[in-house]
Amino acid sequence: MSLFPILEEESVEPVPSFAIEEFLAQEREKDLFRFSTAGSVDDGKSTLIGRLLYDTRSVYDDQVRSIQGKGTVGEGQIDFALLTDGLRAEREQGITIDVAYRYFATSKRKFIIADTPGHEQYTRNMATGASTADAAIVLVDARKGVLIQSRRHAYITSLLGVRHIIVAVNKMDLVDYSEETFRAICDEFRSFLEETDAGSSSRVTLHFLPVSALLGVNVVHRSDETPWYGGPSLLELLESIPSSETNVDAPFRFAVQRVVRPNMNFRGFAGQIASGRVRVGDAITALPSGRSSRVERIVTFDGDLEEAFAPLSVTLTLEDEIDISRGDLLTLNEERAPVARRFQASVVWMDAQPLDAKRRYLLKHTSQTVPVQSVRVWHQIDVGTLEQHPAKTLEMNGIGLIEVETRRPIALDPYSTNRTTGAFVLIDAETNATAGAGMIREIVEKDARTAQGPVTTDERTARWGHTGAVVRLTASATLIDAVERELFDHGAVVVRTSSDNDALNQSLATAGVLALAAIESEAAQLLEIDDEKRALEASATVENILHYLRQAGVLQQGLV
Amino acid sequence: MLAVENTVPSQPTSTVTPARLSHLKLLEAESIHILREVASEFAKPVMLYSIGKDSSVMLRLAQKAFFPGPIPFPLLHIDTGFKFREMIQFRDEMAKSIGAELHVWRNEPAIAAGTNPIALDTKRCCGLLKTQALLDGLKHYGFDAAFGGARRDEEKARAKERIYSFRDSAGQWDPKNQRPELWNLYNSRIHPGESIRVFPLSNWTEMDVWQYIHEENIPIVDLYYAKERPMYVRGETLLPTEQDFMAWPGEKPQMVKSRLRSLGCSPCTGAIRSEADTLPKIIAELLSFRSSERANRVIDHDQEGSMEIKKREGYF
Ligand SMILES: Nc1nc2c(ncn2[C@@H]2O[C@H](COP(=O)(O)OP(=O)(O)O)[C@@H](O)[C@H]2O)c(=O)[nH]1
Ligand SMILES: [Mg+2]
Repeated sequence: MSLFPILEEESVEPVPSFAIEEFLAQEREKDLFRFSTAGSVDDGKSTLIGRLLYDTRSVYDDQVRSIQGKGTVGEGQIDFALLTDGLRAEREQGITIDVAYRYFATSKRKFIIADTPGHEQYTRNMATGASTADAAIVLVDARKGVLIQSRRHAYITSLLGVRHIIVAVNKMDLVDYSEETFRAICDEFRSFLEETDAGSSSRVTLHFLPVSALLGVNVVHRSDETPWYGGPSLLELLESIPSSETNVDAPFRFAVQRVVRPNMNFRGFAGQIASGRVRVGDAITALPSGRSSRVERIVTFDGDLEEAFAPLSVTLTLEDEIDISRGDLLTLNEERAPVARRFQASVVWMDAQPLDAKRRYLLKHTSQTVPVQSVRVWHQIDVGTLEQHPAKTLEMNGIGLIEVETRRPIALDPYSTNRTTGAFVLIDAETNATAGAGMIREIVEKDARTAQGPVTTDERTARWGHTGAVVRLTASATLIDAVERELFDHGAVVVRTSSDNDALNQSLATAGVLALAAIESEAAQLLEIDDEKRALEASATVENILHYLRQAGVLQQGLV
Repeated sequence: MLAVENTVPSQPTSTVTPARLSHLKLLEAESIHILREVASEFAKPVMLYSIGKDSSVMLRLAQKAFFPGPIPFPLLHIDTGFKFREMIQFRDEMAKSIGAELHVWRNEPAIAAGTNPIALDTKRCCGLLKTQALLDGLKHYGFDAAFGGARRDEEKARAKERIYSFRDSAGQWDPKNQRPELWNLYNSRIHPGESIRVFPLSNWTEMDVWQYIHEENIPIVDLYYAKERPMYVRGETLLPTEQDFMAWPGEKPQMVKSRLRSLGCSPCTGAIRSEADTLPKIIAELLSFRSSERANRVIDHDQEGSMEIKKREGYF
């Protein structure tokens, strides 16, 4: 059996003589498949990827040459982990710290691999790699069986909605290719995943495979070493799993990224279709406002389309001039997404600073960022035992169930039905760290009592006609005064505050008040609504500012 | 309760559902999404335009992202003074033809002091003419986000990059402490002075780039196509004759049918012998290559991990 042979210079092939047009035609048929690796340290993730790349001839000679004679494997072999461990610290310590992305293609597909770290302290990087994957390979060392870290990774992988988990029982060469060992690991793994409720209603397909990454057994080709295994090789399996990019049959979801307005005659909404399809003439509803219109054109640089589907990036124009801005979700009339301010979500905590209900977080969801009004931890999950422990906080790499209330309503779906409109990240408003990755489970009906007392945020909003917000306005004294007067006259609960008392401003906003933090300036004009900046024209009027407040969802229909 | 299907051993799932979008369309859609996010969330973004094939693709994607509107940010070229004449000409014509605003930034003091890769070593030369110039240029205009055409498949330190690469107020990258980047939710929040480098082509390979250029008829600099060109022939290495100081005493150039696989500064970019004078031939040639595109560059070979070091210092 050949260990990684060193490529000979003579193996250089001449320019292929086949028709290039044929090759290009075949290339056009290829789709894109993303998978990640997971598993405990030293289970062989990087080696497996090295093997896949090498055996599909996806590494260049100079890249192989640069790692020859280095690393930790025996004489004459190549340590393929060095191909993906691209950071100096990784090579020095012989571990993977962060995700490495690698690319290869076969005659059927193009692949994007996320090679992820195994150490618990880098779990957040492992989650990064799995979040966009169609499939995940979880490696298990045949000698060690299912370790806590294998469980942790399998759990996070299914939590992140990866539909196919390939359990590769590796280092089979070190257990004499024992079928018994293999089956015992499969059974253990299956019973563990059956206990989880990670994906809730989602379905995970498990695939089991005996391999030797080092020797290439069942990696690219099926091997005689495991006659009792009748299944496909790893690569055959990867080529056959359907790509989840085909979520075109789900309800149409389109988050507006940008309003494209090159002149007075064109007003388009640019975005990427998250799921489903849309046709010219379709009746659509913008959420959370609920305003409706019909699709007039589907515009692209390459010409208009009659129909577009996920995940195309397009620009839609509508028949009516309705007020739509960045962050709005366009849906079809008959399949609207629910709109809510309060929901439960699974969360993977990723910040060294533990989750703290007293800190200020921003929730980034599709193309919008909204302030978090309150966040509460329900329980933490012990991934080793899958037990739920009541908890008040989550430490870095902790996984748990939280309840989030946003200051303004957002249009969303459960993560199990939509990996785009069901996902969010929490950003620490002070440090700007990406602190948590959330997967929405269900909307929580209104809580009768809030932490502050018997009156709920929604009741305040209904009475006052606006949500709470910190409105930082840098403008002339005249304009600031006029804005305050106008808001007050329309019944808004507005208070003029100092812009540098952030704690006070946030408390007021949390209580539903409009905190108008004014900075008098004749020169600059800037409007910030809860951390979202909007540059103002020099000629900006009170009406412009109220319009922005309406657009941001602060002023409700009832007011003004 | 999680539904678990399948038993040991697994059988291949039925055949692949027919792909509705090709991999190029999928990559295009992803890149456009990134371009639009950045343009919407940053106060002053800029596109680093290096005139090469990757920049050409990135520029086309920007045209697509904001169509029928104009590209809502300027282009910035970091000119080392050692770029090929054809590149500079192409740059100016391109910016003009698509109506983009173009800034050019050079480290003039270093250029005036005669900085070149022979006088200094390549590492210090790059440090002054590329990295320093880039940091100064970004600072001069006050850009808070800068697009670069780097791809993860180019080099293993690049394979570690996020799509949004956070840089501290000195423009430096901390690879061991990158922001987690899940789904397509990019964290654009920065404190004053900090910035983000954005790589919309992260997931493209060299092959994808060439196929896209072919499919989309994207104009590229003529230097990519094989043609008889004067070269200093030094064993395997073909050195362009652009700069006189690169010649050895008495050395005479020879005409060689050759082309450049990637564009850089003329003293540090070797050409390759090639018959590929059309895009399909370039793609066919690419299939036969056994060396990465960076192997023709002098600069990455200086030391193990030199790309990572340069990136930490503020390079793209
Ligand atoms: N005998 C044997 N050793 C292996 C196999 N796969 C990986 N290894 C070795 O296990 C060690 C850890 O591998 P690596 O790929 O770095 O693991 P990672 O931490 O999961 O990325 C290395 O010394 C590999 O050579 C295998 O199939 N058989
Ligand atoms: Mg590894």
